[in-house]
Amino acid sequence: MQLAGPNGAGKTSLLRIIAGFAMADEGDVFFQERSISKYYDEYAQELLFIGHKTGVNTQLTALENVAFWLKINGYDSKQDLYPILAKIGLVGLEDVPVRMLSAGQQRRVALVRLWLNNAKLWILDEPFTALDKSGVAFLQERFVEHLNAGGAILLTTHQDLTTQFSDLKTVTLEYRH
Amino acid sequence: MVKQHSYWQLFSAVFSKDLKLAFRQRAEIVNPILFFLIVITLFPLAIGPEPGLLARMAPGIIWVAALLSTMLGLDKLFRDDYHDGTLEQLIASSYPLPLTVLAKVAAHWVITGLPLVLMTPVFALLLNLESSALLATVLTLLLGTPLLSFIGAIGAGLTVGLQKGGILMSLLVLPLYIPVLIFATSAIDTSSMELAYSGQLAILGAMLIVAIIAAPIAISSALKVSVS
Amino acid sequence: MWKWLHPYAKADRAYQLCNTLLPYFAVVTVVCMIVGWVWGLAYAPADYQQKDSYRIIFIHVPSAILSMGAYSSMAIAAVIALVWQLRNAELAVIAIAPVGACVTAIALITGAAWGKPMWGAWWVWDARLTSELILLFLYLGVLSLYHAFEDKKAAGRAACILAIVGVINLPIIHFSVEWWNTLHQGATITKFDTKAIDPSMFWPLMVNIVAFAGFVGVVTLIRLKNEILQREKHRPWVRDMLERG
Repeated sequence: MQLAGPNGAGKTSLLRIIAGFAMADEGDVFFQERSISKYYDEYAQELLFIGHKTGVNTQLTALENVAFWLKINGYDSKQDLYPILAKIGLVGLEDVPVRMLSAGQQRRVALVRLWLNNAKLWILDEPFTALDKSGVAFLQERFVEHLNAGGAILLTTHQDLTTQFSDLKTVTLEYRH
Repeated sequence: MVKQHSYWQLFSAVFSKDLKLAFRQRAEIVNPILFFLIVITLFPLAIGPEPGLLARMAPGIIWVAALLSTMLGLDKLFRDDYHDGTLEQLIASSYPLPLTVLAKVAAHWVITGLPLVLMTPVFALLLNLESSALLATVLTLLLGTPLLSFIGAIGAGLTVGLQKGGILMSLLVLPLYIPVLIFATSAIDTSSMELAYSGQLAILGAMLIVAIIAAPIAISSALKVSVS
Repeated sequence: MWKWLHPYAKADRAYQLCNTLLPYFAVVTVVCMIVGWVWGLAYAPADYQQKDSYRIIFIHVPSAILSMGAYSSMAIAAVIALVWQLRNAELAVIAIAPVGACVTAIALITGAAWGKPMWGAWWVWDARLTSELILLFLYLGVLSLYHAFEDKKAAGRAACILAIVGVINLPIIHFSVEWWNTLHQGATITKFDTKAIDPSMFWPLMVNIVAFAGFVGVVTLIRLKNEILQREKHRPWVRDMLERG
């Protein structure tokens, strides 16, 4: 599902409410018929959130960042991460502090998580920011895989999705003061 | 992807990450100690170097300097995680946030509190502290500085989202430090009179236990407010 | 508890509740204040030691009691706000905080003024005055935290958390300061209020305490009404009310 709308329409705010970071003025969010505020821990198991702020520490290396993220989510961090980092285009940059990488490469460090999780619901705020064409295409391939495996994706983007998704729904928010 | 729930893995991941970061930019460890040292140097210059007077004031000087120097690191405790989005990832992880917070506060204490405890003999020397009071000073700092980290982290959590949170945080936190200050300095005072000071240590210990249990909950809810 | 609170989760109901309560508080305040001040300042006998200067207790003691009382009510409102997610309780916290801070300041100023003839100094580090001063810091902390946030929703919740942390700490602070004071008992400090108070002074004091409580209630209710209106200014019920005049 794609969330569209002009700047300031409230896309990010809505995503943050759905991810459970912010509270709505009125109403509640339900996931699998359960209120996320009441069952947040269980909801968190099924949720992968990547926002504007990607959660990548720029002092640490790409490898350390990914390993840390795996650990705080209870995944096995001792697996061999080099192939997956290579796949996303970070060959030779695994042990460089992230602050030395370009914006697009930094974003890739965050996006590696998409290959390393079994969450059902992905909430992605502008995932294509700073990515080059091949990166965008590569990411969309991963989206298709996830959807085919029965997952759901909720994302905002100003770019047009180039891949044809069979059941893409677009919700457009309008700017209202 | 196999998920295995291990609280220890979470704790050690958060704890070791903060330590690793601190050791990469050593200023984070060195600066509070230097600050502490400079504050302590100021006192003899301000009130005069008379040994008796210094020895009498030493507990107060050491503890006020300790309060101020732990404030330095507190401002940074959650700030980087807040700005790069790590805090959101920690909240959205399926682990309980208070445990994460506990690990971060523990790391903060190892970075800012523990060095002070280890350096105490040097400061005691500078301030002419009686040798009978040295052990008491070390013990109160050992029990008291983690308390400062826990209480201070509540303030840090509340102000992390604010642009100029630093000064505000001191305003919130310093009044809450008063009981620690009172009991710790009194323990040192009592010990320099060669009297038993286990009562004050017991109170500090009790406060520390309460803080370990209650503060992470308060800090977590403060962080959730700051992130929203 | 929830059943009882639930109706007041709605802002317009809470607003009406304020309106209903306000006259009662106002009457109690005006009556007790007139009776208490006239009785206390004019008719109660002068103290045999302190002469007329003791009469400041008719302001000092009520304000000191209310400064603690206001903080506890603020913390109770904060707990309700966080546990039951009631935004009106959050507004109540914000409504009480400045009032409590003012009452604390009054207690401090009258305490200092009382100290001048008693101790010969405007300020001595007496346990009560020191506790009162720290209480003022706690109030100011809640207020400045609230005003530091731009997002008032987050501001309210942050203030609630701090109020609760403060109320847990308050007894510890109070105890530690008492203890510190007995430890450093200086020569200038005299304990004058340990002896039992005479009924001829006790009753006017009680009336004054009720008057002060009523006054704090009135100001808090008015402030709460304003906070509710300010938050809900775009809602239809406010517009309806204004149109009805």
